[in-house]
Amino acid sequence: MIHYILKRLTSLLITLIVATIVIFLIIEVVPGDPAAYMMGLSGSTEAADALRVELGLDKGALERYFSWIGGMLSGDFGISYTYRVPVSQLIGERTLVSVPLTVYALILSTLIAIPVGVISASRRGSVVDTILMGVAQIGVAIPNFWFAILMVLVFSTSLGWFSAVGFPGWEAGFWVSIKALTIPAFSLALPQAAILARVMRSSVLEVMQEDYIRTARAKGLSQRQALIRHGLRNAMIPVLTILGLQFSFLLAGGIIIESIFSLPGLGRLVFQSIAQRDLIVVKSIVTLLVMAVVMITFIVDLLYALVDPRLREGGRG
Amino acid sequence: MSLLDIQDLSLSIHGTTILDKVNLSVEKGQVVAIVGESGSGKSMTSSAVIRLLPEGTTISGAIWLKDQNISDKTEKEMCTVRAHDIGMVFQEPMTALNPVETIGSQVMEAIRISEPGLSRDEVRQRAELALHRVGLDNQRFPLNTYPHKLSGGQRQRVVIAIAISQKPALLIADEPTTALDVTTQAKIMTLLKKLVDQDKMGLLLISHDLAVVANIADHIVIMKDGQVVEQGARDGFFENMKHDYTKKLFAAAHHKLQKKFIADAAEPVLEVRGLNKDYIIGRNEKLRAVNDVSFTIKKGENLGLVGESGCGKSTLARCILGLEDFQKGEILIAGQKFNGERRLRRHINVVFQDPYGSFNPRHTVGRLVAEPYYALDNPPNSEERKQKVIEMLEHVGLSASDIDKYPHEFSGGQRQRIAIARALITEPDIILLDEATSALDVLIRDQILELLARLTSVFGISYLFVSHDLATVKNITDRVLVMKDGVIVEQGITAEVYQNPSHPYTKSLLEASPDITKSKVKNKEQLNDNIFQH
Repeated sequence: MIHYILKRLTSLLITLIVATIVIFLIIEVVPGDPAAYMMGLSGSTEAADALRVELGLDKGALERYFSWIGGMLSGDFGISYTYRVPVSQLIGERTLVSVPLTVYALILSTLIAIPVGVISASRRGSVVDTILMGVAQIGVAIPNFWFAILMVLVFSTSLGWFSAVGFPGWEAGFWVSIKALTIPAFSLALPQAAILARVMRSSVLEVMQEDYIRTARAKGLSQRQALIRHGLRNAMIPVLTILGLQFSFLLAGGIIIESIFSLPGLGRLVFQSIAQRDLIVVKSIVTLLVMAVVMITFIVDLLYALVDPRLREGGRG
Repeated sequence: MSLLDIQDLSLSIHGTTILDKVNLSVEKGQVVAIVGESGSGKSMTSSAVIRLLPEGTTISGAIWLKDQNISDKTEKEMCTVRAHDIGMVFQEPMTALNPVETIGSQVMEAIRISEPGLSRDEVRQRAELALHRVGLDNQRFPLNTYPHKLSGGQRQRVVIAIAISQKPALLIADEPTTALDVTTQAKIMTLLKKLVDQDKMGLLLISHDLAVVANIADHIVIMKDGQVVEQGARDGFFENMKHDYTKKLFAAAHHKLQKKFIADAAEPVLEVRGLNKDYIIGRNEKLRAVNDVSFTIKKGENLGLVGESGCGKSTLARCILGLEDFQKGEILIAGQKFNGERRLRRHINVVFQDPYGSFNPRHTVGRLVAEPYYALDNPPNSEERKQKVIEMLEHVGLSASDIDKYPHEFSGGQRQRIAIARALITEPDIILLDEATSALDVLIRDQILELLARLTSVFGISYLFVSHDLATVKNITDRVLVMKDGVIVEQGITAEVYQNPSHPYTKSLLEASPDITKSKVKNKEQLNDNIFQH
């Protein structure tokens, strides 16, 4: 197990280092002047020169790379050019919204998808299966922003259960914040849940064809008991992969939902920084997102090992 | 009344008749073997008894177990019958166990289902006892062992432990050794027989190979196309075979072949000299899969390479095909040193074990058979190519019209013929047959062996026949190599090795190899013993 973790950690580190080099090369080294770009078409030469010094562009590429990495390691991501606050503070605030929102959405989608997938699979071909999978199909097909607006119309405008937009901040209280995130989380969760339910269904169907399910049935377990005791854990393996991918996607991909609900999340920050040509922020966020994706992959790998002893111990396989 | 009594059992799946009025019975302590080829309905008969059937199955007739008609029972009641009265062992031990649960928890589960009242410790002890009884010592194989740590034979023992843990009245074993080596097969069969004697269970044993079951069966049932064509007591069964099909099966179990070899002792087509192949398995650990192996195949000569799984024979085969690097030694093809060069590859082609997995399902037969032409510098144009494919298909007993069909339209035996046509098309010097007949029914296996024997005389090709089964290579090879733990422990003229094996390992392989004639003698001896005892 330790060997397995070390191996994964090494590949994680290498991925991160390669990623920072690629990001650095794209933003700072490829031909073109970042300072002039950040100033925009109307900027003066003097201002661009000043910015160039501020960004340290007068120094060599290698030196800049290491001072950037060194800075990040000590928590210094630089100062945002447009907001004039430390990037770390900017990202910190946004992360406190985006990460809970993503986790919330994934919990919701898992809670919906797994039972739906299992029920559909265990009643394959029945009316229930047809209806559930039909709904899932619609869930994949409809745009989540449209669904979000629909939810707002129903739950905020008509019923008045939730506020339509905005985020009060965690200072306002845990439940208040959770409540404010509920409709956005549902909107994010719906298409993910639909995809996940389909994966779960086919995974369960596949597992139910396995010989060890037949062995379990021969022991005297009913079809349902065999599914629960022997099928689920095996069926979870492909579902974990999808969950990992969805987490990475939702973390910064929730931009449309964030915009609709005016949530101060990472997606919007990236978007705004790109629009304002704030390369300092863009560089940091992209790096952090890469780090998040790599970390999640690592966690998913650990979960695999938890589910599957063959990965833990190695062996004949 | 008998322990198990199947009366006029008919079965159809979505309207297709699978079983037609099957009658058979199993007594307490008796071994009843059902023998037939795939599709004969032998497995369906056993699945019907335990009622683990595919969707859309309809059944008529009666199945009496311990004086109860279990075909009338509800699904819920059947769960109880499975838990208490029937144990089942399946064909594929590699997949029959849940990979994410320990062997202990899988055995204990079976005990807990049949006797929910037992305490934790009692269940544990019972599970340890069950594993001990099947020969898995608790010291070496503790309850918290995961299945992937075990070999196929060991896994099959775990499945047997699950099946016998609740002392069932009836044990069903569906091709329990088909996926295993001959030596493991013999051990598993002996184990089953021992357990049946100890627990006085009835055993319903299903196999495609008459030779495998002839040894331990008390009663033999021959099935074909969903019907019982012949059945009777083991003693005297082979002396009074009535049905032609039974006679055919019996003949196939003998592996008698007519062949003419070109005994041309001229130039060698393949030479292997001092070959070593290591796998790195740990930081400083190496596994020598092939250890200082040398041999030569001459033109037109057929060589057998025999050993159990894990002995390194497949690794050696892969090295010869240029699919695997090796550390020491050299391989010469047509007198030239071979390091995976394309121009030398064309001298050797291969037929693999699995007739289902070795074709791209989306290519036509014509395209599949013509595939080795990629190894030629000047492949023929499409018209010549087509002619050649048709010629090869006809050589292997297929027809020109098969050229546009897809692999799924053929049976296992026919697919293996396609694979042979594919190996033949560039007229190589040598064809490597890696367990090429192991996945086939006995009758089909015989036909393929006959075909190979015929082709060798037509084309003058050499075969390197890799197999775990001595009986299979016996009649088709001129010389045989016996491999164990990466080393060639014995080699020589096939007939001589079979008559006077010098290495103890070869002897044990020969003893394990199922043989009807041998088992008959054995049984007569046993019979005599019994007479003396009484």
